[in-house]
Amino acid sequence: MRILLALLQKEFLQIFRNRTMLPLIFVMPLVQLIILVNAATMDMKNISITVADMDLSSTSRLLINKLEASPFFKLEELSINKEDAIDRLQDNKTDVVIFIPNKLEADVNREGIGKMQIITDAIDASKAQLSFGYLSNMIRELNLSIAINQQSLPNLNQIKSEALYWFNPELNYKYYMLPAIMAILVTIIGMFLSALNLVREKEVGTAEQINVTPIRKSHFIIGKLVPFLIIGLLELTLALLVAKILYDLPVNGSLLVLYTFAFIYLVAVLGIGLLISTKSQTQQQVMMLSFFFLLVFVLLSGAFTSVDNMPYIAQKLNRLNPLYYFMNVIRMVLIKGAGFSDVFLEIRSTLVIAIISVSLAVFSYRKTT
Amino acid sequence: MNRFIAFVKKEFLHIFRDYRTMLILFIMPIAQILIFGFAITTEIKDASIAILDKSKDEVTRELTQKLLSSGYFNNDAYLTSESQIEPAFNDQRVKMVVVFEPEFGRNLQKEGTANVQLVCDASDPNQARMLSQFAEGIFASYASQGVVKGIQPEVRMFYNESLEGVYMSIPGIMAMILMLVSAMMTSISITREKEYGSMEVLLISPLKPLQIIMGKVTPYVMMALINAVSILALGYFVFGVPVKGSIILLLMECLLFTILALSLGILISTVAKNQMVAMFMSMFALMLPVILLSGFIFPVENMPLPLRIISNIIPPKWFIIIVKTIMLKGGGLLYVWKETLILIGFVVLFVTLSVKKFKIRLQ
Amino acid sequence: MDKKKVITVENLVKKFGHFTANNNLNFHVDQGEIFGFLGANGAGKTTAMRILCGLSSPTSGKVEVAGFDVSHQAEEVKKRIGYMSQKFSLFEDLSIWENMRFFATVYGLSSSEFKARGEDLLRKLNLYKERKRLVSTLSLGWKQKLAFSVAILHQPSIVFLDEPTGGVDPITRRQFWEMIYEAAENGITVFVTTHYMDEAEYCDRVTIMVDGRIDALDTPAELKKQYNAASMNDVFLALAR
Repeated sequence: MRILLALLQKEFLQIFRNRTMLPLIFVMPLVQLIILVNAATMDMKNISITVADMDLSSTSRLLINKLEASPFFKLEELSINKEDAIDRLQDNKTDVVIFIPNKLEADVNREGIGKMQIITDAIDASKAQLSFGYLSNMIRELNLSIAINQQSLPNLNQIKSEALYWFNPELNYKYYMLPAIMAILVTIIGMFLSALNLVREKEVGTAEQINVTPIRKSHFIIGKLVPFLIIGLLELTLALLVAKILYDLPVNGSLLVLYTFAFIYLVAVLGIGLLISTKSQTQQQVMMLSFFFLLVFVLLSGAFTSVDNMPYIAQKLNRLNPLYYFMNVIRMVLIKGAGFSDVFLEIRSTLVIAIISVSLAVFSYRKTT
Repeated sequence: MNRFIAFVKKEFLHIFRDYRTMLILFIMPIAQILIFGFAITTEIKDASIAILDKSKDEVTRELTQKLLSSGYFNNDAYLTSESQIEPAFNDQRVKMVVVFEPEFGRNLQKEGTANVQLVCDASDPNQARMLSQFAEGIFASYASQGVVKGIQPEVRMFYNESLEGVYMSIPGIMAMILMLVSAMMTSISITREKEYGSMEVLLISPLKPLQIIMGKVTPYVMMALINAVSILALGYFVFGVPVKGSIILLLMECLLFTILALSLGILISTVAKNQMVAMFMSMFALMLPVILLSGFIFPVENMPLPLRIISNIIPPKWFIIIVKTIMLKGGGLLYVWKETLILIGFVVLFVTLSVKKFKIRLQ
Repeated sequence: MDKKKVITVENLVKKFGHFTANNNLNFHVDQGEIFGFLGANGAGKTTAMRILCGLSSPTSGKVEVAGFDVSHQAEEVKKRIGYMSQKFSLFEDLSIWENMRFFATVYGLSSSEFKARGEDLLRKLNLYKERKRLVSTLSLGWKQKLAFSVAILHQPSIVFLDEPTGGVDPITRRQFWEMIYEAAENGITVFVTTHYMDEAEYCDRVTIMVDGRIDALDTPAELKKQYNAASMNDVFLALAR
């Protein structure tokens, strides 16, 4: 026990003496949190639309007015010909081109049906789908109001659907991204710091001095784990405070649940970081390996896109991904007010990962080569 | 020159001897493309929903059937009361609960209107909005039964007919990998030499500082280009993403971006004191902004104005536009000359800054 | 008087792939002895020493240190030895006192024991007033002296020194050897590698390693006589040829 305390004391002294790393550890992530949460938004707006209106009729005018009033679209230019409009698409100046042929109104009035074209830059597939969704809703409404005006539909059935958005009635995208970015930042800090720290001792040679002492491997690993565990929890606390103060992030669930999970989670992640560094010789190697794992963890975790839409294999792989569980827990606890029983599965799985990763780290740390 | 070649050879040896790092450098783009191509998708399918049917008539059954056969939804629970909605969200993790009012079918036939509530788990707002939109669309088209005609839009999805998510990610992955290999790896390897004093040895050697830097970065340039080609090849052979424009032009642009990333890496190494600092600087000053501000995952147009302005000084943003235009839209230099000039401008800026820093350090 | 053997090495072989770093070494070291381990760079000195300290396992052979087998009881060995590596390896970002306290605790010294011994050591080194200084600010000579003091702080039965005087000035080297003598007088066996042949003269017995083998082992005086040489330097040159 005394040895463990001595190890911890040493690590803390070293961490707090490092004047360049401390601000990097605490300030940078918070700046990132504050800035990046504004960047990470799927709230579609400002989709740029170019209209080539050959009809110049009251119907096409109605459509254009509707587009102008919509918060999603930014009307760029009107009444140019189709070729020029498509060239703007090619030149990245616009996202969507609407082509209204010159007989639209006449066709609608005469035959009941008028054709028009929507041409979308579909490189960003989800954006293309969303813009098309908005546009077709808009056209459906337009058709309905035209029909009602002409009183051609005396007896129209209507299903009135009312969408209720629970947990986040204003559909504030920040509430979705803030927890995710917090989880990612805590992970980056924990994994990289622990991994780099251990391999640095190897590079500098102090690890050898330790190896020739009777320190137990498990003590040594725990000595590396605890300080970064505390830093990770501090980081999470700071991030929560910033998110609460600046963005009014709701905290609907119990913080006890969140911190219990975060504790287990950090042990798992630090264990993985330490495992990586026991297997590496240089900081560069550690960095590449941790970056690789981190990237896979983040992309699969559902931080940016829902896991439900992922293929079966990805969902299976996520069972091994601690960040996937953290994503679930932090969102469920903060936004949905989940309790212990709701996140029991996550806690159990992460605990298993934590035990395995730390045991492997202890096992694969070699005092003797 | 011979001296220089010998030096480059030594640097190559250094890098290739570390087979683990090499392996990761080549596996990383592959893993990323596979993840982006297969796993990262916003396309909704089989979202788990629950039905709370207080009417249980022909119409609600038919509507439920329509929802489920759309492919978007998967019914995971039938609820019997409102109090079960919250547990359904937290325990069973359904994404939406459809609540039909009592006497739904009768109301629709007798009075012409009927009410349905779509209670969504909006902790994922985007998904919530999409799910409710899809359901509304299905209900609306059932109600109007094709009675309403009028304007019929015809849609053409340009450049990506089948709406594959991977199209968007290939330019982003290229930017990220090139940045990683070039900026991060060089900044760390040069800082390492500084930390262990071997830089000093090199500096007093008859090699000129410029040659030293060139020697350090040449292997990374080659690796970056190999990576760029392998990303393109994977995109083409696995996901069928074409290279519509000139491949030569595309590779030249990759080279330009690699040089840019390298100069940034050198700049970081002139500032950073040790590897850990270099790494954190690359990580937080480069990678996260590259991922989040370049339009790789989140469209730049959605961001608030200050961030849209900041995104202009994120070089990958311009590179991603270039790659998209040449590769996916088939545009030539005529369409990307502005972006190319901007990248060249960045290179000049970074090189000037690092030469200045380097000189100060030598004095 | 029959001296107790604290190190026994029998048929020690260490291979790295096809390269044989230690080729069938046999020797023993007596308690309280200053044992010099000589050889050119790359002769296999550090490899052998790392095996003795339990940092590396032998390919074959039997190695006993302080009464324990290093292959199977490395941790027991480690409790009874001190080690000072070629590369300075105290924590640069900790102060002198913090370094000493850390290693003292690791070796199981109680705080009162440490306080007494630590202060005593620092006074002898004339570093007591500087005890709060960060180690990174010390000169190389001071660093080496401090590293040695830390290595014997827990009064091990053997201390291993790997080229302890590399790169330090002659005056510091002399002071360093005085410290070694003092340790030996207190009953600590000193196992030291060096390639300074004048230092070899200070040892009770020396071995000379060439290409992974032990080519000579005896007291400096006996070796000089044997090779008909005026100094250890000449002995070494005669062997290396």
